[in-house]
Amino acid sequence: MSHHYRILTANSPSYYVLALTLVALALLGLGAAHYMESEGHWVTGMNNQIVWGLPHVFAISLILSASGALNVASMASLFGRTIYSGWSRFSGLLAISLLIGGLLVLVLDLGRPDRLIIAMTHYNFKSIFAWNIFLYTGFIAVAGIYLWFMFERKMNRHVKVAGLVAFGWRFVLTAGTGSIFGFIVARQFYHSSMMAPLFIVLSLSLGTAVFMLVSRVIGSLSGISMKPEISSSMMRLLGILIALEGFLVCVFYLTGLYTAARYDVVLFIIVNGGIYTFLFWAGQIVIGTVMPLYLIFLTRNQAGAKARLVSAAISKVIGGFCLLYVMVIAGQSYPQLMFPGKQVQSTFFDGVVARYAPSWPELALGLGGVSVVGVIILAATRVLPFLPAETQRVQSS
Amino acid sequence: MSGHPENLEAVDSNRRKLMVAAAAASLAGAGLNLVELAMAKTSSEAASKLVRWGLLIDTQKCGSGCDACVSACNAEHNLEDLGRPETDAQWIRKLDLVDQQTSHVDSLPMLCQHCEHPPCVDVCPTGASFRRDDGIVLVDKHTCIGCRYCMIACPYKARSFVHENLANQRSWSPRGKGIVEGCTFCTHRVDVGRTPACVEACHVEGGGAMTFGDMMNPDSEISLSLKSEPSRQIREDLKLNTGVRYQNV
Repeated sequence: MSHHYRILTANSPSYYVLALTLVALALLGLGAAHYMESEGHWVTGMNNQIVWGLPHVFAISLILSASGALNVASMASLFGRTIYSGWSRFSGLLAISLLIGGLLVLVLDLGRPDRLIIAMTHYNFKSIFAWNIFLYTGFIAVAGIYLWFMFERKMNRHVKVAGLVAFGWRFVLTAGTGSIFGFIVARQFYHSSMMAPLFIVLSLSLGTAVFMLVSRVIGSLSGISMKPEISSSMMRLLGILIALEGFLVCVFYLTGLYTAARYDVVLFIIVNGGIYTFLFWAGQIVIGTVMPLYLIFLTRNQAGAKARLVSAAISKVIGGFCLLYVMVIAGQSYPQLMFPGKQVQSTFFDGVVARYAPSWPELALGLGGVSVVGVIILAATRVLPFLPAETQRVQSS
Repeated sequence: MSGHPENLEAVDSNRRKLMVAAAAASLAGAGLNLVELAMAKTSSEAASKLVRWGLLIDTQKCGSGCDACVSACNAEHNLEDLGRPETDAQWIRKLDLVDQQTSHVDSLPMLCQHCEHPPCVDVCPTGASFRRDDGIVLVDKHTCIGCRYCMIACPYKARSFVHENLANQRSWSPRGKGIVEGCTFCTHRVDVGRTPACVEACHVEGGGAMTFGDMMNPDSEISLSLKSEPSRQIREDLKLNTGVRYQNV
């Protein structure tokens, strides 16, 4: 089944408003990074207790979404679901853009972003972080080659191989990202082999939801809309992934309750962790899991299919963000277990739940990273035919 | 002109005596500093694997209200109190432990444990976190990118991130905004045969709870104490073989 592709030709005011807003937010994020770097990180909410904050939640969300956004291309070239083929180029573009956005946030939050060259030339191969530098930059290369094979007619026959490599790479990449936490022996909450599979499934669900939202926005700008069979197929896929993720979250927390060393921190998060407990139940479980599952599997209103799709995808994105916020921040804020059975006090916040309030520069940096994704997509779709051409036109009302 | 050889010899002999006396006087005048300099390693001389620096802390001698070690460390490395406890650097801190069952109170200093298998070194992406052959765990301040992964990974919460611009730095202990730091066991002192600032202060102002020395030397005070009395590592379950050991906790 051959597909035709087109470039983005939108000239509507809403297109320019969106483009300018994204550029402005990206610049604001850059300014925030400069402010954080020149003043030092004391101007952020991060401190010696909560060393990774909101920027890391944004960065991990973007990186996981990047891997999951390639689902559509994988479905088309690996699993023979040719109805997705029209969107597979866009899927590759979105994946690369999301990864660049996430990496930018991660790098600009470093204490010394000017030393990026050191990170690229000095490696400690025992460090999961060092592996991830390869996995992330490698992902951009692998997805880039995958895209090239999709674009270049002569290379089309190799698309399946490239798709297979990209598919495998995604699993290793997201397992590696989860292992950043999973290998931490010092913190009971993080030290779990569940981190890798949880991050893999979270990336698949989050990336699918992000794809559904971004493709809708770009579709409405360019006057194309996704075929209903693609939309409904993606909805079902999203539903299955969310259910699987919910299962893994249950296993992660329930096994935590079973282990004496992890019992306290798990109880903290699900019962008496204040904002974290709220984000866990309201954000991660209700909005991020129950609501999309209800919208996808239990609502049968065909007339509102588009609204259901958008609502389910937005809920998933909010829920995924909350999951990562709880994981990253609450995981650090709960005191480390150094002296079991002892109440610990110090001037360095030992034995107490560490406070963290995200600051404006951190939010600006995170949103800046998201905006860079949008800017790359708007620019790239203008110059190269990433979008499907033969999908049905939106009825102008 | 006194050309007689005997006279010349006498003059030479006098000169020699004078020079020896002058050298002795200058040595005595310069005091410890010269001795230290003579004992100091050259820049090309690496830390030796035949040495493992360690610190033994007897918590029974460590007073709950005493923070002589902390003050000495802060002064030695100019770790200023900026009034922002959440971001101010602390290389050594005092912990008060209350047993939840018995209400027994222990007090002890917590610092980098200079592990044989340090998690901070394992996780550092650039290799900036490293362990010297003599067991001292340090941060290479030229290659640290400030990712803070080591802070997440440290079981002892022993590292701080420099959150602000710095002034009045000590030439022997350079620090840098945006990079991670922690206890160095005062390498600048240890390398010239002295003890870390905290240990010195503990003996002078505190309860003499700290014993610093070479754990590889069977005759060192620390080795003898470790052999004769029970001690423990914090988080021994992680099998990190720490360089800092505690007694009576």
